[in-house]
Amino acid sequence: MAVITVERKPLTFAERTYLPQIAGGLKTTLKHFFAPNDTLEYPEQRPAIPPGYRGVPTLVYDPHGREKCVSCQLCEFVCPPKAIRITPGEIPAADASAHVEKRPQEFEIDMLRCIYCGLCQEVCPEEAIWLQNQYSTTGYTRADFVNNKQKLYELGGTLPDPHLKWDKKLAAEQHGNAH
Amino acid sequence: MSAPAKPADLVTVNIDGKDIAVPKGTNVIEAARLLNVDVPHYCYHPKLSIVGNCRMCLIEMGMPAVDPATKAPVMDPATGKQKINWIPRPQIGCGTNVSPGLHVKTTSPMVKDAREGVMEFLLINHPLDCPICDQAGECKLQEQSTGYGRGYSRFIEQKNVKPKRTQLGPRVTLDDERCILCSRCIRFSKEVAKDDVLGFIDRGSYSTLTCYPGKQLANNYSLNTVDICPVGALTSTDFRFKMRVWFLKQTNSIDTESSVGANTVVWSREGAIYRITPRRNDEVNDTWIADSGRELFKAVKASDRLTAIKVNGNESSLEIAVNAALHFCKDGGVAVVGSGRSSVEEQFLTRKLAESLKASAHLVSRVAKGDGLLVSADRNPNVRGALVTGLISALPSQQLGGLAAEVDAGKIKTIISVGEDLAEAGLTPAQLAKISVIYLGTHANATSAAAKVVIPTLTMFEKSGSLVNQQFRLQKFAKAVPGPQGATDDLVVLAQLANIAAADLASVWKLLAAEVPALATTTHPSIPEIGLLLDATPYAALPFVEGETLHYKPAAKASAA
Repeated sequence: MAVITVERKPLTFAERTYLPQIAGGLKTTLKHFFAPNDTLEYPEQRPAIPPGYRGVPTLVYDPHGREKCVSCQLCEFVCPPKAIRITPGEIPAADASAHVEKRPQEFEIDMLRCIYCGLCQEVCPEEAIWLQNQYSTTGYTRADFVNNKQKLYELGGTLPDPHLKWDKKLAAEQHGNAH
Repeated sequence: MSAPAKPADLVTVNIDGKDIAVPKGTNVIEAARLLNVDVPHYCYHPKLSIVGNCRMCLIEMGMPAVDPATKAPVMDPATGKQKINWIPRPQIGCGTNVSPGLHVKTTSPMVKDAREGVMEFLLINHPLDCPICDQAGECKLQEQSTGYGRGYSRFIEQKNVKPKRTQLGPRVTLDDERCILCSRCIRFSKEVAKDDVLGFIDRGSYSTLTCYPGKQLANNYSLNTVDICPVGALTSTDFRFKMRVWFLKQTNSIDTESSVGANTVVWSREGAIYRITPRRNDEVNDTWIADSGRELFKAVKASDRLTAIKVNGNESSLEIAVNAALHFCKDGGVAVVGSGRSSVEEQFLTRKLAESLKASAHLVSRVAKGDGLLVSADRNPNVRGALVTGLISALPSQQLGGLAAEVDAGKIKTIISVGEDLAEAGLTPAQLAKISVIYLGTHANATSAAAKVVIPTLTMFEKSGSLVNQQFRLQKFAKAVPGPQGATDDLVVLAQLANIAAADLASVWKLLAAEVPALATTTHPSIPEIGLLLDATPYAALPFVEGETLHYKPAAKASAA
């Protein structure tokens, strides 16, 4: 192994006084006094969430207030960290959306397991589960991080979705096709 | 297809270029299955008559060409082989029986076109509710759509509307929109259950499956229609919307409601059983089981389940309970009441227990009316197991009259009951109070209430073992779910009581092989899935109570008559 000797240049007089370096540093500091501020005053200020952001998974209602989820459990199946746990249930005959037949009795997402991959949203055939712009989850116990059905709908709200396929289905059922 | 057919009964056919010899009378679907070639079908079912109305199994077929005048084979100069005259239109595979030299194509463009056409018509009126349909995951229509569906619909008119959520009977719910009119359920009700209540009304796309007015699909085999329904039209009211099938673990098991020993599959997830379905065994139950056998799993989570070892009413440990039990037995005068519901292994250990305590061994029989199909008169699944293992030598009676007399006479001071309710078997509360009862069982009853020592054990869904059915067929079942906290495996308890070091299946089977000549070469893992037929001749003279059922004729009665 050849050894290469690096020649170290001696410092000039100006460098030895340190004054140019101090002046340069002060210039940078001074520039930031007047430059626009990049820091957000979190939590008073919140960042703008870009579209397509994958935040906390949530459940949504359709514009008529019907739970979109029919508890097909595909998200539970596809979820890589097994964070989702659904208890399916039948919709009672007296309910306004009884023709949909099925909805979750309980729907739990363990946010300590969730990896925000978005596969649940991708797989959902009813477009009922969405990763929205909620990014901060806090709590004091492990149980605080398990979002139940009520919490998921609170976070999710209503999806302004004009399809309303189940309303069309109900209309067809009521219209019938007499022969 | 049980016995190997003689060469004379075999017919050689050519399917997709491969020759195969199959028994005469086999249809093209079954012949192709032997070559692992899948011919998609809906209406065809191997155990039902053939109607050929779904048209999904269309295949292309042809026969070797012969000269009409001379009957000499016509050769194809291009290949040097006999020319095949292909029928220009597709034929149904289910209704076509093999004939010598038959050539079949299952993958030709014409077949593919035909299947895609059938699929498109079937999907025209089929609702797109797979996300809520219970059949999703085991739906033939879903599977064939993947293979032959076009992925989008050309149908722009409104879909047919038919009744949804019809209660066909106490256990079956019908969604007519999903029905593809294969008529399997109708044929099953007529041919197997002999309860002809289902039928189609109306014509064309308005055809609707329905029950005869004023009748219900209420027979004890109604849930088999749910199993054979290729789509989600017929659903089990009990299993409806409970769990998606792809989460469920399948465990092979045996129906214990009677001595038929129908083969079943137990579907469970995370320690909870969701349903029981039949498992095909052409020698025992074909592809059916009774509805009553599908409800047995509900005992696993019953509220009266025993979950605490008790000695004189106080909670205790297994070691203390076993010592207490043996303390009650040390002065002699012991009787052991085994069970026809226990497995072969447990009955063998019960015998060893009776031998070690110099006690008499008893068994209680349960007799009710058989239905001639898959529920026999003997409601104990394993009386023959007790005969084979030597626990008993004569058939048991329904009441323990002799034992009761001995209790009254003061000869019996302690009874060890392995899962049998002594009160039900004829012992009065006064008699039970007079003696010390040691009870090994799963559920609370009068005997467990009166017992000095109670040791909770496992239901048959929580342990592995084997049973001997009415044909003397040794069949095994496997553990589907873990037992509840507090319950101990029967084998462990019996082995500790009998003071032998064989508390698991492998070591019990070593003992069984050594002591029971009929099982000398058998081990639990080596029992085949369809069961192992044991020699019934030593027991031919015994008056068994069973009448004729599917695949079983009572031989002893015939000779006695």
